[in-house]
Amino acid sequence: MLAKRIIPCLDIKDGTTVKGINFVNLRNAGDPVELAKKYSAEGADELVFLDITATHEGRKTFTDLVERIALNISIPFTVGGGINELSDVARLLGAGADKVSVNSTALRNPQIINDIATNFGSQVCVCAIDARFDNGKWMCYTSGGRNVTDKDLFTWAKEAEDRGAGEILFTSMDHDGVKQGYANEALCRLSESLNIPVIASGGAGTMEHFRDTFTQGKADAALAASVFHFGEIAIKDLKQYLRTEGISVR
Amino acid sequence: MSVVIIKYNAGNIFSVDSAMKRLGVEATVTDDKKLIESANKVIFPGVGEAGTTMKYLHENGLDTLIRNLKQPVLGICLGMQLMCKHSEEADTDCLGVFDTGVKRFIPERHEDKIPHMGWNTIQDVKLPLFDPSLENQYVYFVHSYYVPLNIYTTAVTDYVLPFSAALHKDNFYATQFHPEKSGSVGEQILTNFLKL
Repeated sequence: MLAKRIIPCLDIKDGTTVKGINFVNLRNAGDPVELAKKYSAEGADELVFLDITATHEGRKTFTDLVERIALNISIPFTVGGGINELSDVARLLGAGADKVSVNSTALRNPQIINDIATNFGSQVCVCAIDARFDNGKWMCYTSGGRNVTDKDLFTWAKEAEDRGAGEILFTSMDHDGVKQGYANEALCRLSESLNIPVIASGGAGTMEHFRDTFTQGKADAALAASVFHFGEIAIKDLKQYLRTEGISVR
Repeated sequence: MSVVIIKYNAGNIFSVDSAMKRLGVEATVTDDKKLIESANKVIFPGVGEAGTTMKYLHENGLDTLIRNLKQPVLGICLGMQLMCKHSEEADTDCLGVFDTGVKRFIPERHEDKIPHMGWNTIQDVKLPLFDPSLENQYVYFVHSYYVPLNIYTTAVTDYVLPFSAALHKDNFYATQFHPEKSGSVGEQILTNFLKL
């Protein structure tokens, strides 16, 4: 049986791990390679690295980092941030990344999803969506949550799927960093309306939150950052807990 | 022992090379035909799309070369699918090492999402690539197309339906999952391949 995945996410700025609270007030959360090795050894199912530098020099640093991660860990990982064209995708896959996630770029230029799927396969293409509940609608945001778009979460996720995205990584900006649980209602609706896996992101604070996003949110995978980076939840304990709750995990 | 990883346009080449390094093996990543033919072990990796990849292999004369290799060859993921006869992905004629087709998953329930992505277990595992201790272990899959069960199947995984998680015929071995991304279980399988 396919296991539900636990995915630590590392936001990378200038080669170090940071995690924002509601996308501002970044705090240093350690060396990415050391964290990656630690999570891999503890039983993380996958890792996500988001480059939030997105300058030319930053991208070079990030590519070097991706290579170091690939050399040191034996589980899959996704990279995102600063992907504007196909050559960026080729560069990151060449450095050892298994998948790339596109976010703002895809909202501005949806065709890139088709292009990634055609050139590298759908399974390589994760469409990351940052959305917030504004006036009764889940609206998509670009640029790390700074700019609102006219696209609604569900419509955009469906479009991304139709264009060839292999996975949707949905971050609720309302829930991110506040540790009160995932946006399970929206996740459930998303999961039921799509035929590709959905990764829940934003809001993990306790082990129960992970259980709930799998049972209520119907997520295929749950992503979290600070609860792991700051040692509040150990992945080994989390897996054990989920197993006793009847959830299939590795 | 010389290990060659076939270099081509798409692929998880760096990951496979890294996995070899973690096992203490310095593999050569190359598309040089002489080097590939003279290697003790050949790994044919793969992440990508069947149509574009087959076209590239054909244009570079690698299709005939792979088909005729005599040493142990390990195809991984798309590498395994390309070693089959035909793929429904872009209606592609493949290498034909394994006389079987590659089909697209047709979901039966809503929970059956495509691609089949993540960690799943392997059953009915067969030597020499798989020790009996690997029965029911988790390995990492990412794929939208599958190889049905056939006479070459050496490991079975159930997703939508039971399908081939691994194949073996003569000197050709292949896994649908990614041993290079399957933690310690994957390392065991790669070690077994290197010992052949």
